[in-house]
Amino acid sequence: MQEPLFGSVDEVVERLAGAGYLASTAVATTVFLADRLGKPLLVEGPAGVGKTELARALASATGSELVRLQCYEGIDESRALYEWNHAKQLLRITAARDEQWQETRDHVFSEEFLLPRPLLTAIRNPDPTVLLIDETDKSDVEMEGLLLEVLGDFQVTVPELGTITAARRPFVLLTSNATRELSEALKRRCLFLHLDFPTPELERDIVTLQVPGLDATLADSLVCVVGALRELDLRKAPSIAESIDWARTLLALGADRLDEQVVQSSLGVILKYQADHRRAAAELRLDRLLDPASP
Amino acid sequence: MTTEALPGRLVDFVGALRERGIPVGPGETVDAAAAVDVLGLADRDQLREALASTVLRRSGQRGVFDAVFDLYFPVAVGSVESAGEPPSDVFELRDALVAALAEGDEARLRALAASGVEAFGRYGNAGNGGSGGAGDTGASGSGSRLSGWSAYQTLGEVRPEALLARVLAAMRTARPEDGPLGEALAERQARSRIAGFRERVQAEARRRTAELRGRERIASHAVAPQTELVTFTSATSEQFTAMRRTVQPLSRKLATRLSSRRKKARRGQIDLRRTLRRSLGTGGVPMRPALRNRRPGRPELVVLCDMSGSVAGFAQFTLLLTQALSDQFSKIRSFAFVGLTDEITHLVSAGRDEPEGLAARILSQARVTRWGMSSDYGESLGSFVEGWEDVLGPRTSVLVLGDGRTNFGDPNLEALRRIADRARHVYWLNPEAERFWGTGDSAALRYAELVPMHECRNIRQLSQLVTELLPT
Ligand SMILES: Nc1ncnc2c1ncn2[C@@H]1O[C@H](COP(=O)(O)OP(=O)(O)O)[C@@H](O)[C@H]1O
Ligand SMILES: [Mg+2]
Repeated sequence: MQEPLFGSVDEVVERLAGAGYLASTAVATTVFLADRLGKPLLVEGPAGVGKTELARALASATGSELVRLQCYEGIDESRALYEWNHAKQLLRITAARDEQWQETRDHVFSEEFLLPRPLLTAIRNPDPTVLLIDETDKSDVEMEGLLLEVLGDFQVTVPELGTITAARRPFVLLTSNATRELSEALKRRCLFLHLDFPTPELERDIVTLQVPGLDATLADSLVCVVGALRELDLRKAPSIAESIDWARTLLALGADRLDEQVVQSSLGVILKYQADHRRAAAELRLDRLLDPASP
Repeated sequence: MTTEALPGRLVDFVGALRERGIPVGPGETVDAAAAVDVLGLADRDQLREALASTVLRRSGQRGVFDAVFDLYFPVAVGSVESAGEPPSDVFELRDALVAALAEGDEARLRALAASGVEAFGRYGNAGNGGSGGAGDTGASGSGSRLSGWSAYQTLGEVRPEALLARVLAAMRTARPEDGPLGEALAERQARSRIAGFRERVQAEARRRTAELRGRERIASHAVAPQTELVTFTSATSEQFTAMRRTVQPLSRKLATRLSSRRKKARRGQIDLRRTLRRSLGTGGVPMRPALRNRRPGRPELVVLCDMSGSVAGFAQFTLLLTQALSDQFSKIRSFAFVGLTDEITHLVSAGRDEPEGLAARILSQARVTRWGMSSDYGESLGSFVEGWEDVLGPRTSVLVLGDGRTNFGDPNLEALRRIADRARHVYWLNPEAERFWGTGDSAALRYAELVPMHECRNIRQLSQLVTELLPT
């Protein structure tokens, strides 16, 4: 067993806050448990609720190195785990004309010609590491097989080199936007955290933290409007990232309170679709302003 | 709550989750126990999150989890100590509730929910034998089956919805300078606090009844099932709202599954004849396998649905879902019927921005009946074939949605046979439980002889069917 990263759940909250991340009880508790139980943490939730940011803050709070594997459709072993540097190998082979083939062969399949990718990098790192496997749902199912293998015993076999075992288990955080269901097997290996939009209080604190100088009452109203918008069943609900953008915009506009005019003129920052825009305007009773105002 | 009593409690808790359709395996149970071991029991919120992270595997399960957690790991036993004096009658309680709702005073709202249940929720002889004594005794309990604490009765007395205007007035007095935006926000806030209060009352009534009668029975009766398991034909309008919210995320998930199936279907298939022909060049040894050509374009979908009575909700949900999946098809055309069929493709695509009124708009804007609102399958299938037979072709898949209850009229099997002959596939999705097919006026079994019919009672079954049946 390696030294745990945190002494208590409260300590998680404190140290993440020190790294600029305000954690809910759910986040702090699962982070604490994932570390103590030595299990990967799967964080699932809509875009922009702070999944990626959590990994970043966690690394910074614990003085760990952040190793990130960004998933995408078609990602494979050679991008996720390791690859041989073929160009360099060829050069070496051409340069070694009069060497014994066996000797050359042994040489070109050594450390020097290996290109480690994030999974291998994280496993070999002797220093504390946070391994972020971001947007896992974008990868194909085959990729999950690889993850299962690697996250099972934290070792990797490179046929030419032998088995590499983690010197020190990284803290593993997987994220998913839930565009597809991950396999049961992978989920079973992980602790599961559904991260949703924060409570109004937490969101206000996050916005105030990220946009210093924002008036407190204005922050309250902003969070309230954003909360109302999220209830509307929109095509794209505004996330924390949008709340922060909006706060920045309001600060730049020099607005000191949120009235219909201000909301109307800056709604574009938080809503990306025309239909959502119309819907919100009607529900928030901006519509009577909408007609004369629009050219 | 002591640590020694915990393993048993945890096992019961996990059992109750399983009964509500949350599959918790032995591995998860071990993790849960390990989590409790590491964290201790001192902090209930942490305990809740710890258990959630070990036993849950998807987000839709959280509502059920919370309700069951509250039963098995209650805040308190017996009547909850309330903040301040409990109100003496219903008028006082409602006055206090108006103030608490206007301020959003959580602690006070919790206390009022508890005193409400205490004062108005009792039925039978609940609470007469000294409340709080039942503890952990499981199913035995002291109360008879006919006594308990009722949320329904409490809410009927307190009527929190009827307080909206008063709450808004109180909020207005507190913030007189609010413009129309402020008022719109205040109204939303008030409504969601009232809904929150209702939920508190329900949780409190469940908790107290559970003390009386044992947790197992209450967990399986009083905890609402997760959204994807709610049966279409008995869903309340709140449940339909919750279902509608799943349309977008669900469609993204299904789209990914459909497209990965499509890719696979294209990837692996070897065209034997072309491979052999090619092998002539290599002395008959098939060196280079020839892969089958991609099928051109995407399939067409026709949805034909019964919009009458209790199956309308099912139809509406499925229409919204297929609409959200429209990228997966080269064309989707939708038709609705009650006593007569009419095309509703335009209404469905317009319904994207305002999904909640779709069924109502179909009934008012399409010609789906000659008279009355009872379904006439024979006439409906007949008028579809008559008016739109040409939308069916060798690339069309047809989904028929309905319970096949003909009101004892002619089922017009011939019309369905025509549809099946012309289309590439026809699938019938029936929201009724399979054991009722063919009973009473149901012609389901007779239709099922002509086209494959599948039971489709909830979102889980529907998503499975969509990914398995729809061609790619
Ligand atoms: N709990 C939090 N504390 C501080 N900032 C947060 C928090 N959650 C989200 N954010 C902010 O929201 C932004 C979006 O979060 P991000 O991690 O990119 O979302 P996701 O990965 O879930 O799509 C981050 O850049 C960060 O500024
Ligand atoms: Mg991210």
